[in-house]
Amino acid sequence: MRYEAPKTLEQALALLAGANGKARVLAGGTDLLIQMRSGRADPELVVDIKAIAEMRSIAVDAGSYRVGAALSCMELIENDAFASTWPGIVDGAKYIGSIQVKGRATLGGNLCNASPAADGVPALIAAGALACIAGPQGRREVPVEEFVTGPGKTLLAPGELVVSLLLPRRAPHSGDAYLRFTPRTEMDIAVVGAAVNLTLDDRGICSHARVSLGAVAARALLVPEAAAALIGTKVDAAVLARLSAAASAACRPIDDKRGTKEFRIKVAGVMAERSGKIALERAGRYD
Amino acid sequence: MSRNHVSTTVNGDQVEFLCETEQTLLEALRDELRLTGTKEGCGTGDCGACSVMVDGRLVCSCLMLAVEAKGKSIETIEGMAEGEALHPLQRKFIEHAALQCGICTPGILIAARALLDRNPDPSEAEVRLWLAGNLCRCTGYHKIVDAVLDAAREMRGG
Repeated sequence: MRYEAPKTLEQALALLAGANGKARVLAGGTDLLIQMRSGRADPELVVDIKAIAEMRSIAVDAGSYRVGAALSCMELIENDAFASTWPGIVDGAKYIGSIQVKGRATLGGNLCNASPAADGVPALIAAGALACIAGPQGRREVPVEEFVTGPGKTLLAPGELVVSLLLPRRAPHSGDAYLRFTPRTEMDIAVVGAAVNLTLDDRGICSHARVSLGAVAARALLVPEAAAALIGTKVDAAVLARLSAAASAACRPIDDKRGTKEFRIKVAGVMAERSGKIALERAGRYD
Repeated sequence: MSRNHVSTTVNGDQVEFLCETEQTLLEALRDELRLTGTKEGCGTGDCGACSVMVDGRLVCSCLMLAVEAKGKSIETIEGMAEGEALHPLQRKFIEHAALQCGICTPGILIAARALLDRNPDPSEAEVRLWLAGNLCRCTGYHKIVDAVLDAAREMRGG
């Protein structure tokens, strides 16, 4: 196995293009090294993207954040300006493993690993984030909800990689939140996750909302019906109950050792409702 | 296949080693540099026994390739005491009997120091949350948490 740490995106793309699909991109390595150890991954070339400045940085341009795909979760969590703008995305980043794991793990890697239970993904979907992709054919941007195509599968073509995650400009009176259900409080995998992102107008009426659920289908879901329950309302108790029902109705879960279908469907509604309450409270504070 | 030449800093000393590309930082520390204080527990980032600092960031050395250490600054348990003088955390772990078999201890000490460097006055809940990635199968954690809180108190001068 060969290791390269290119300093530019162009060099990284050239290395990937020359490897005939036998290369893997290394960001934090918290999934890749485990796969290599177990034999599930056996790359001939590892391309470490952490020396590429664009992929390692977080930038804000006209109110729109661009999070480099190789930025560690701890670096993201510690960015106070980002955390006050997108607290729900930071909720998700905080759940990605221990302090040690977050010191290396990245949101870009969490997305590319394509676990249905990835904690970093639902809040990105709710935020309306785009995955900025570069490859042999140039650059393209894809909504995060379309990026994962199934467990462990993404729409990345050979030679492509995720450069950054691009967030939309934040309107005043906006808030987001992500909650998950796990038997333990830390170091666990989501049985169900729910993210709500909403914006209120000057009269306190919800003008924009997006809702996403994790671990209740083969990939994290965008749930427009749940968002529709919020839009045009003052997000009172009855509205939150409709949000909860719409979230439960959207679930297509499996039974596994972490939870049954019936349990996941019920809990998805509860988590969505609670996330909605937190997002609402945060929207009241965000100007 | 030729081995990789890595030049890095460990506990303030400039060091060089040769490693296979597949080798983790943990393996290089233990097998190439003979710094065996850092332990392997699970090898998958779940137990924290291999915790070290890399450029001031707490990480699992089992989840990092040794070649990634090029030009970095690594801190391990071997650099924690100053000569014969133990770090307050090390002394408090002995005082509180916060270890039994000792395999998890180096990682917990490194993680606890990282916490106290950021937050000299953590609550018990903050200590437990910060150390959630460090598993101990002997003590039940109470003595570990007591030792960290006591060390924090002493380091604050109280």
